[in-house]
Amino acid sequence: MTTATKQLDELISREYQHGFYTQLETDTIPRGLSEDTVRLISTKKNEPEFMLEWRLKAYWHWLTMTEPKWANVHYPPIDYQNTFYYSAPKSEKEGPRSLSEIDPELLRTYEKLGIPLKEQQKLAGVAVDAVFDSVSVATTFKTKLAELGIIFCPFSEAVQKHPDLVQQYLGTVVPYTDNFFASLNSAVFSDGSFCYIPPSVRCPMELSTYFRINAKNTGQFERTLIIADENAYVSYLEGCTAPMRDENQLHAAVVELIALKGARIKYATVQNWYPGDKNGKGGIYNFVTKRGECRGDNSHISWTQVETGSAITWKYPSVILRGDNSVGEFYSVALTNHYQQADTGTKMIHIGRNTKSTVLSKGISAGHGQNSYRGLIKVLPSAENARNYTQCDSLLLGDQCGAHTFPYIEVKNHSAKVEHEASTSRIGEDQLFYCTQRGIAPEDAVSMIVNGFCKAVFQELPMEFAVEAQKLLGVSLEGSTG
Amino acid sequence: MEVQLQSWQNMKLAQVPHMLAGHAMPWVLAARRSAFERFAAHCFPTRREEEWKYTDVSIIGRRSSLAPDHIPPDPSSEAKLLAWTLASESLYLMVFVNGHYAPGLSMTDDLPAGVRMASLANILENGADLPESYFDPQHEHTIFAALNNAFATDGMVLDLSPGTVLKAPIYLLYIASGHGVAIYPRNIVVAGEDAQATVIEHYMGTLDAHNFTNAVTQISLSAHAEIEHCKLLQEGPAATHVAGIHAEQASDSHFISHSFALGGRLARNDITAQLLGKSCHCTMNGLYLLNERQHLDHHTRIDHLAPECISREYYRGILDGESHGVFNGKVVVHPGANKTDAHQANHNLLLSRQAEVDTKPQLEIFADDVKCTHGATVGQLDDDSLFYLRSRGIDAELARSVLIYGFTNDIIGRVNMPELRTRIEHLVLERLPQGDQIKELL
Repeated sequence: MTTATKQLDELISREYQHGFYTQLETDTIPRGLSEDTVRLISTKKNEPEFMLEWRLKAYWHWLTMTEPKWANVHYPPIDYQNTFYYSAPKSEKEGPRSLSEIDPELLRTYEKLGIPLKEQQKLAGVAVDAVFDSVSVATTFKTKLAELGIIFCPFSEAVQKHPDLVQQYLGTVVPYTDNFFASLNSAVFSDGSFCYIPPSVRCPMELSTYFRINAKNTGQFERTLIIADENAYVSYLEGCTAPMRDENQLHAAVVELIALKGARIKYATVQNWYPGDKNGKGGIYNFVTKRGECRGDNSHISWTQVETGSAITWKYPSVILRGDNSVGEFYSVALTNHYQQADTGTKMIHIGRNTKSTVLSKGISAGHGQNSYRGLIKVLPSAENARNYTQCDSLLLGDQCGAHTFPYIEVKNHSAKVEHEASTSRIGEDQLFYCTQRGIAPEDAVSMIVNGFCKAVFQELPMEFAVEAQKLLGVSLEGSTG
Repeated sequence: MEVQLQSWQNMKLAQVPHMLAGHAMPWVLAARRSAFERFAAHCFPTRREEEWKYTDVSIIGRRSSLAPDHIPPDPSSEAKLLAWTLASESLYLMVFVNGHYAPGLSMTDDLPAGVRMASLANILENGADLPESYFDPQHEHTIFAALNNAFATDGMVLDLSPGTVLKAPIYLLYIASGHGVAIYPRNIVVAGEDAQATVIEHYMGTLDAHNFTNAVTQISLSAHAEIEHCKLLQEGPAATHVAGIHAEQASDSHFISHSFALGGRLARNDITAQLLGKSCHCTMNGLYLLNERQHLDHHTRIDHLAPECISREYYRGILDGESHGVFNGKVVVHPGANKTDAHQANHNLLLSRQAEVDTKPQLEIFADDVKCTHGATVGQLDDDSLFYLRSRGIDAELARSVLIYGFTNDIIGRVNMPELRTRIEHLVLERLPQGDQIKELL
């Protein structure tokens, strides 16, 4: 127990590996939020009139809202007037078209992160739309995708080149009135990714974006919009790391997925933002609204997430199952260590007939971490033969942490079948004994058990991410024997 | 929308404590008045409050008074008949009509030594020893408990001295009679070390009247005590009912709670147990069988505050008609409550198109060496099982009733006392189509 605890302490007190800060000239507008800020962002991005209108409506609505307090997370009040709402690397002005034009400093940053763009280009199969702070600076494999009619570009570019598509779909899943953070995002979002898969096209590669928060004190407001037209298929990867910083950073992203008839979208996230130091100082506030809508019959949306970073995670990737026979899935591993807090889960809204949803959530708490699963399964009267299966398990490492489950199940149709099960436990002494007795070091044994605990979720991740996700867990959890 | 009392109503209600039992005792009056102030300051909860998200209580007080009535009417003949039947059985019976003790209908003779069973009103009137802590605001788990503190008319006070084992059960029969009446029972059970007893609370309304019942039962268990508490809710079809049952357990004690909800238009049960001592055992069982426009809400909370405690919770619901069932089961494992073993399950059968169920099994865990699980399901009767029965010549209606009965049996079977089990079985079967045929087979 004691040696194991020591090992645990050692391992969980490891410093954040991706903590470095790149000195780049940035183009930042003054702190604070006002109507002018919104107008300025829109002007800087040279947006059409409808975008400005939409942003302003969102801003005005945001002013009428108050910050939600119901989540099981605690943090000092955020001063929204003391945040930068726009920051773009200076080099953006030159508008780099290929990697050679990109600031070498920036490229080095990616290399340190282990995502060298050059290599990734060669490693066919992954097209990277890397977002450095708020503006996308590099987009690869575009031509290859364009041949198939796939649009995959930074959001600001989509606004310029495909305003009709943006206007048609933006805010149809997460309206600007949705919630406090979504409204804020709608008003000030700087950039993000836009993806459109035309009918009956199967996207030949995993689309991928790496988000990174860099400039000091810049809240990052990403907006991602993915549309899979009839019978299209796309798998999308999102990965994040952030440099070390002492001041808390606000991140309020919005992700909207739209699956039309027969379409399928897989969305995977590995989130490893700076979680704060071991005393709970610093770290990212991650308040994200992610929602997908299975708009057409037989459509399918699947969310997979591995949440290991951020001081506070407040995120409920949801699926609105509107089309008949549509399927929603949610697979999640959430880890909280030190003073991290996570309040995460999903919402599955069954509207269409024969809709199915699966929820698999694995929470791991260590140190002083507080991990909450909050889920809603709602079956509306129109959803004949709806089916849901939910499993949420929690693993506790250490006696200072907490694991909580708040599953809401609301059934308004008598043909629905809904199952929910949850368990909370720690690594059993007998399990550990079994391993150590066979000559496996306690540290390896815990790693094995934790990875086994999360296996069902990792299986849903694309290969590249599965490896990264396992490493991430390994960093903080090996050796946490009880 | 905030539900606020009208000021005239408020002034009138504020006078109520001056007319209730114990008003001559300054501390009782002061406790009641301050409890009323707490209620008036907050008034009824709205659906914007998390604990009341699925239950709209705004109909309470709309068609009934909030002030308890002080002249108990004569109960209906049906209620009297039940009281007489019960009196002939081997049990201790206390009958309350509209929240007032009716000694004429009760049967409390031959209580063994070490048992004190009395009416709360009597105790308050006589100024006898009743700890002030029973009116303590910290025991008010909902705002309705504050209202009960202010207006409680009567109830049972049971004091079991250490080592007393009460073989026959205590049966508390609450009869609602008249129209638009507010009823405020308050029961207090104090079990000494190694004491054992079974307490049954049966609420029945015989008329289609808009009565409002607001009951609170406090149970405190000393070390090694065992209390089995069974609540039968059989209110009339227009009645509203709000109740709290709160247990505090010392080490090695065993508390068993059963809640059978069959009647009432709108009912809410808050059942809590605080496991204060080591190695406690807590069991909470419940069954709700709803029809028409009934709305029933169970909120349970088990606080594991000490190590090595075990809690088990089994709730099942059957929802027909346009009924609405709500279950919120909270298990909180506090820091230091290691080796906690908690299990909770809630299963629901939806039988009709308009029925609705909202369930929320909730775990909050602040200790690491624990084993906690919970499960919740919503489903229908199994088609294969129905087919099996029908292929053997059982008609569709009876087949459904058999399966529903089987579903309820898992909960009813957990009642320890055989006579009580049979009584509940019969109550359930009366509600099922062709239930009498099943009764014959038993």
